[in-house]
Amino acid sequence: MDLIAVVQILDSTLRLATPLLFAALAGLISERAGVFDIGLEGKMLAAAFFSAAFAFTTGNVWLGLCAGIIASMFLSLIHGVASITFRGNQLISGVAINFLAAGLTVVIAQNWFRQGGRTPTLTGDARFPRLDLPGAEAVRDVPVLGPFYSVILSGHSILVYVGLLCVPLTWYVLFRTRFGLRLRAVGENPAAVDTAGISVVGLRYGAVMICGVLCGLAGAYLATGLSAGFVKDMTAGRGFIALAAMIFAKWRPWHALGAVLLFGLLEAIANRYQNIDLGFMVLPAQFMQALPYILTVVILAGFVGRAIPPRAGGEPYVKER
Amino acid sequence: MSKGRIPDWADVVLVPLFSVVLAFIISAIVIWAIGEDPWEATKMMVQGAFGSSYGWGYTLYYATNFIFTGLAVAVAFQAKLFNIGGEGQATLGGLGVAMVCLYLPWPHWSMALVAAMAGAALFGAAWAAIPGYLQVRRGSHIVITTIMFNFIAAALLNYLLVNVMRPAGSMDPASARFPPEVRLPRLHEILEVFGIPFSRATPANISLLVAIAACVLVWYMLWRTRLGYQIRAFGQSEPAAQYAGISPFRITMYVMLISGALAGMMAINNVMGEANRLLLNAVEGAGFIGIAVALMGRNHPFGVFLAAVLFGFLYQGGAELALWTNIPRELIVVIQALVILFTGALDNMVRMPIAALFARRRRS
Repeated sequence: MDLIAVVQILDSTLRLATPLLFAALAGLISERAGVFDIGLEGKMLAAAFFSAAFAFTTGNVWLGLCAGIIASMFLSLIHGVASITFRGNQLISGVAINFLAAGLTVVIAQNWFRQGGRTPTLTGDARFPRLDLPGAEAVRDVPVLGPFYSVILSGHSILVYVGLLCVPLTWYVLFRTRFGLRLRAVGENPAAVDTAGISVVGLRYGAVMICGVLCGLAGAYLATGLSAGFVKDMTAGRGFIALAAMIFAKWRPWHALGAVLLFGLLEAIANRYQNIDLGFMVLPAQFMQALPYILTVVILAGFVGRAIPPRAGGEPYVKER
Repeated sequence: MSKGRIPDWADVVLVPLFSVVLAFIISAIVIWAIGEDPWEATKMMVQGAFGSSYGWGYTLYYATNFIFTGLAVAVAFQAKLFNIGGEGQATLGGLGVAMVCLYLPWPHWSMALVAAMAGAALFGAAWAAIPGYLQVRRGSHIVITTIMFNFIAAALLNYLLVNVMRPAGSMDPASARFPPEVRLPRLHEILEVFGIPFSRATPANISLLVAIAACVLVWYMLWRTRLGYQIRAFGQSEPAAQYAGISPFRITMYVMLISGALAGMMAINNVMGEANRLLLNAVEGAGFIGIAVALMGRNHPFGVFLAAVLFGFLYQGGAELALWTNIPRELIVVIQALVILFTGALDNMVRMPIAALFARRRRS
């Protein structure tokens, strides 16, 4: 494996990690507020379709992005109504949202475009263009740092950089603002928050809607940045890998970045090499695909440090009477 | 929330019925919104699923799958465990069936069926037992682990079909065909004995009878045995069950083993009864439909049976719709999602007005 291959793999690692990063942060915020969300997959899928569809019809990728975010937030609202207002089972609600998105995107895509459940290929302004960071050309020939900056870091769509910025932003909001403190408190001990006179319902809805915005960004990037259009089931389990990354990171933003980069790297390697020859044995491609899930099971089982979710996660809050 | 109690019959009949009606109304709006006539679509679905013995055959074939996966989810729900892993467990069950049918010689289908059921149950149970064990002993959440195991099962099967089980010279990722001796009798062959004519072109087979027997057995196990009592007590209140000397480890393991075995046994229908070989993605989402079926059937075997037939109808009717109209098959996924949403997550929304209604009637 030569240097060019390494640089190319790291370059696609960053791109493949971006949708995972948005979705992992989305799940992190929702679960920190005590609302489990296994519907990340569905929200991403809905956002992917609506962003591609609107980007195609309007020819403007930003309008597409807005449509994707709105679609994702709509599903978040359903999740909120079911799990906060009506105190339903959050896991069942998430499952329902995944299927709702999987079905509706294809039904609507077939109705609007009649191309077997996909959108037409996006071109020109309907996609996010690549963005060259300042000075990328100038430092290209500097050894080591040059390729790192000009190939790996530079030349991605703007959403990749937005994603990277979201990590410190999420950290700051969660750990350095009053809103963040309350949000974390509502995921650990909602009764205490309620006693302090702060609305548990309001905070949880806030977290769920932020989760919707971030999932919208994840899906829009998938359809208009990473690929050029929507195809049926294009999220392909990424919502669950993001969930895995979030648990892997033990619900912490910076660690989530590390986890999604690891999973992105695995995907980039699996995309490039069919089977990996280790000398004494051959790792099949299917093993590489399954590795994020296997890693999550191992982490969850506490073999590599324990992952403890927010204490009130999954529990609807009932005011005492 | 209004705490008004509602009678048992309303809880069992009225609430699920309302939820399903709501799901159907929204589905009808979706059909109308994409420019088709909901009434015509419904007529076409009913005609396609129940209008001929061909339609019935497919409806019952799908229903057989859903009975197994629905029972699997329902048994786990009785113990307050959410097994989303039916898909992976049924995939592994298929592997068990294929190994029994391919690598062992069988003189007669009946012996092969018993062995295949054992193989399917064993593999499915093993695949469910690991998440169960990890939950009680290591504290990992069973929902997340079973989701992960679905993906791992898919990758494992993909690997085995491409690299190990694929016959030489074949391009598609599938096992060799099973020998003709293990072919299960189809429904038309069984009905012929009684002189009832039935379409010969449908895959419905003797597994349907096994599925119905499984319903009866699960009912007996849950409401007539000590284990069933312990499972239900554990589901109602874990601390109370523990206080009564019921071991959470034992119950969780038993429930997951039974649940996984039921999901795995689905493979005798789709792998042995229909395809006659092991295909990639043979389960086709039936494991997930089990969630909707269990929720709608109120976790009772008889309810599961009815809900499975309803989803069999939706599946077969949906296939007919996709064939004759511009409504794609995925509409069924939408209906499935709405049923899960209303019967599962929005249960309180449906229940509250009904409870209020009964409270007012009692007062007057």
